[in-house]
Amino acid sequence: MQTRGDRTLAVQVHDLHKRFGELEVLKGVSLKAREGDVVSMIGASGSGKSTFLRCINFLEMPTSGTIEVTGEQVALSRHKDGNLHPTDRRQLERIRTKLGMVFQSFNLWQHMTVLQNVIEAPVHVLGLPKAEAVERGERLLHKVGLYDKRDVYPAFLSGGQQQRAAIARALCMEPKVMLFDEPTSALDPELVGEVLKVIRDLAEEGRTMILVTHEMKFARDVSSHVIYLYKGVIEEEGPPTQVFGAPKSDRCRQFVSALHS
Amino acid sequence: MNSLKLAAKILIYGTLLIVAALILYWLVFHSRWSWFVEYLPLLIKGLWLTILLLVLSVVLGGLLAIPIGLVQVTGPAPLAWAAKTFCTVIRGTPLLVQLWLIYYGLGSLFPQIGMAYPGFKENFMWLIRLDGFYYALFAFTISFAGYEGEVMRGAFLGVPRGELEAARAFGMSPWKVLTRVWFPRAVRFVLPTLAGETVLQLQSTPLAFTVTVMDLMGVTSKIRQDTFRIFEPLMLLAVLYMCLTFVIVWGFSFVEKMVPQKR
Repeated sequence: MQTRGDRTLAVQVHDLHKRFGELEVLKGVSLKAREGDVVSMIGASGSGKSTFLRCINFLEMPTSGTIEVTGEQVALSRHKDGNLHPTDRRQLERIRTKLGMVFQSFNLWQHMTVLQNVIEAPVHVLGLPKAEAVERGERLLHKVGLYDKRDVYPAFLSGGQQQRAAIARALCMEPKVMLFDEPTSALDPELVGEVLKVIRDLAEEGRTMILVTHEMKFARDVSSHVIYLYKGVIEEEGPPTQVFGAPKSDRCRQFVSALHS
Repeated sequence: MNSLKLAAKILIYGTLLIVAALILYWLVFHSRWSWFVEYLPLLIKGLWLTILLLVLSVVLGGLLAIPIGLVQVTGPAPLAWAAKTFCTVIRGTPLLVQLWLIYYGLGSLFPQIGMAYPGFKENFMWLIRLDGFYYALFAFTISFAGYEGEVMRGAFLGVPRGELEAARAFGMSPWKVLTRVWFPRAVRFVLPTLAGETVLQLQSTPLAFTVTVMDLMGVTSKIRQDTFRIFEPLMLLAVLYMCLTFVIVWGFSFVEKMVPQKR
């Protein structure tokens, strides 16, 4: 069996700080995700876990720290707003194509059908021939159970369907790492299951994923590594058995105890 | 309540009926149309000029409005400020004033330059003798750009941030984000208002006749001067503008139907 140390690093974040004016949201957070890892980040609202995830693909600009994706460090330079911004726009765009992002509020492009959403970036960013992208896209829509909705506009879909379409859209880029930013938080309770099932399937396929979530049971089941964030600091991390079963920190124990009640 | 509604209905329909009857009476017993055949070629030319003024100013003004709206949202600050000022000035002054300032201002500037520098006169005679049509087209274009620039600003702002974030997160360059997501989304917000704005623009084109353009209005006024018939040409004018309006409204609703979308 392979151990954690053997596999190549997919994402490595070192000592990330993020400041919004006076408020320091992240106070030195580091993360290593090797190929095949499923890293879950849990914590109360405002603990900084979403901000951390959004810093990985520079939807938020970190104040300090370094970020490496598949061994390539993103070149950063100080911007006049006080944060670090990527120096080379092309490097940033290339790195982003390796990170498949799934948002809390889906963010499907409303003026395109489901299939058009899915093939948009592969065709117009990666330069994939359209026929090939359609074939790949339809296969992925099959996989998330939305093949029959491929010509429908997002506004006509339920939240769960939209989120599954968004996952197919991210997968169609064939990313190295999937980033999930609270993928079920905007869904009605009865729709959460269908989305979690898709994510679980991806985890079982051995996809590398970083997942910010409030679904504790789910995090315990699918993760290889769990990070508990408290006020911008990693309070506890380790395999799910440790974080959920025998946490060292009192705060973490309190936070995960909701799971057992 | 119901009887009140009924009374209002009777009043409205009754008034309309009386007006229609009066017009019909006038058409049958008093109106004279003998001039029509003689002036038909001129009317067709006028119609053509009106359509040309409308279409060109809407297309050119609409194209100008895109960057004017965009820079107000994205910056840089000096460009945003310039665009904002442009929109404020255009929307803050009457179109007729703008048209006359351009026609009499620019129109007298070029001959004066020509007077001072004979070289300019030789090379830019076309500029000095420029037809009123081009001044009108210029005035209508910047006017449309001013109004639509403001509309486009709102439309660009109205596109959900998350969809732009998604586009960036998938590795799109700023240009791709604009052309694939931001602009196509914004345009769909604008489409329903654009029909109304185009109709308003049509109803503004008669102003061109004040700077010697022989558009529909210009031709009508010539007919009035030549024949001393006042109401017939004006009636015809009203009907023609109404027909053009119907064509615009129908055209836009056709385009809107081609873009299926909830919300």
